Amino acid sequence: MKLYKATVIVKRRPVILDPQGKAVEQGAKLLGFNNISETRIGKFIEFFVNAEDKNSAEKEVKEYSNKLLVNPILEDYEYTLEEVK
Amino acid sequence: MKPKFGVVVFPGSNCDHDAYYSLKKVLGYDVNFLWHKDKDLQNSDVIILPGGFSYGDYLRTGAIAKFSPIMEKVISFAENGGNVIGICNGFQILLEAHLLPGVLIKNDSLKFVCKDVYLTLENNDTKFTSVANDKNVFRIPIAHGEGNYFADEKTLNELEKNNQILFRYSNENGEISKDTNPNGSQLNIAGIINKRGNILGMMPHPERACDPVLGNTDGQFIFESVAKNLNL
Repeated sequence: MKLYKATVIVKRRPVILDPQGKAVEQGAKLLGFNNISETRIGKFIEFFVNAEDKNSAEKEVKEYSNKLLVNPILEDYEYTLEEVK
Repeated sequence: MKPKFGVVVFPGSNCDHDAYYSLKKVLGYDVNFLWHKDKDLQNSDVIILPGGFSYGDYLRTGAIAKFSPIMEKVISFAENGGNVIGICNGFQILLEAHLLPGVLIKNDSLKFVCKDVYLTLENNDTKFTSVANDKNVFRIPIAHGEGNYFADEKTLNELEKNNQILFRYSNENGEISKDTNPNGSQLNIAGIINKRGNILGMMPHPERACDPVLGNTDGQFIFESVAKNLNL
C-alpha cells in the first residue's frame, strides 16, 4: 500500500450565482482594489488516501468527491494527487 | 386509528420539538421521535424531517445528514410511496438525498431571514394540501439563511408542467413578484413535491403556525391534509 495526499478544489459552477464572492468583492472595491473582478469562493479539501497505486487512489478520490464532497447540481471539482514519500 | 407521525432527530435539529408539540398537543396525532442512529421508523405513517442545522450544516446543508442510519430507512420508505415532509433543513436534506430535484443555496441577500411570509398555494389537489378548501394564501414563518431554490431550466419546466410547485412566495393577495421573494428562489418557489406526490419539501415552517395561542394556525392544513389522506 502507498500513501497519497489528495487535494480537492470545489468550485461553484459558473452559471450559479455566488453571493458570497459578490459580497467579498464589494469589500475589495471599498479597499480600493479596482482591478479585481469575478471573485468566487469555493472550498479546498485535503486528505490522505491509502491505495495500491495511483489509479486506485484516483478512483477513491473521485468516488468520495461525487458521493459526498461535491453536489454536481451546484459545483464542479478538480483534484491533485501526490504520493507521500 | 390515530395517524402516526415520526419526527427525525439529527444532531443539530432544532425544530423537532416544535413539530412534535404541534402534531401531538395541538392536532392530537400520535408522534414519536426517531433518533438519527436508529434504523426503525416505528411504523410511522408520515415522516417529518425537521428544521435546524443537522451536522452543523458542515460541507453543505443536509449533505451529511443524508447518510445517517435513519435516512437509509426514510429513503426506502419514501421510494415505496411513504409520506415524507421535509421542512427547512429537512427540505435541504431531501434535495441532497435526491428525493426532490434542485438545490438550496444562500439567500441572495446573504442574510438569515426570519419573518412571516405569505405563500400562495398552487395546487390543492395533493395529499398535503387537499383540506385547504378555497383558501389559497397562507401566512407562515420562514427562518433560514440558505433557502434560495435553484434548479436548471429543464427541471423547472418539469416542476411546472407536473404541478409540483406547491407554494410560491407572494403577498397577502396572492400576487407573486420579485418584491415578495425573500431569498431569491427561482420562480418564487417555497415548496415542491415529487412527481408521485408523496414527498413534500418546503422552506417555511408550518409547525410554527399551528397553535392558536401563537395567533396563527395557517400551517395546520398541511398536517391535517396528509393525516386525512391516510384514510385510517
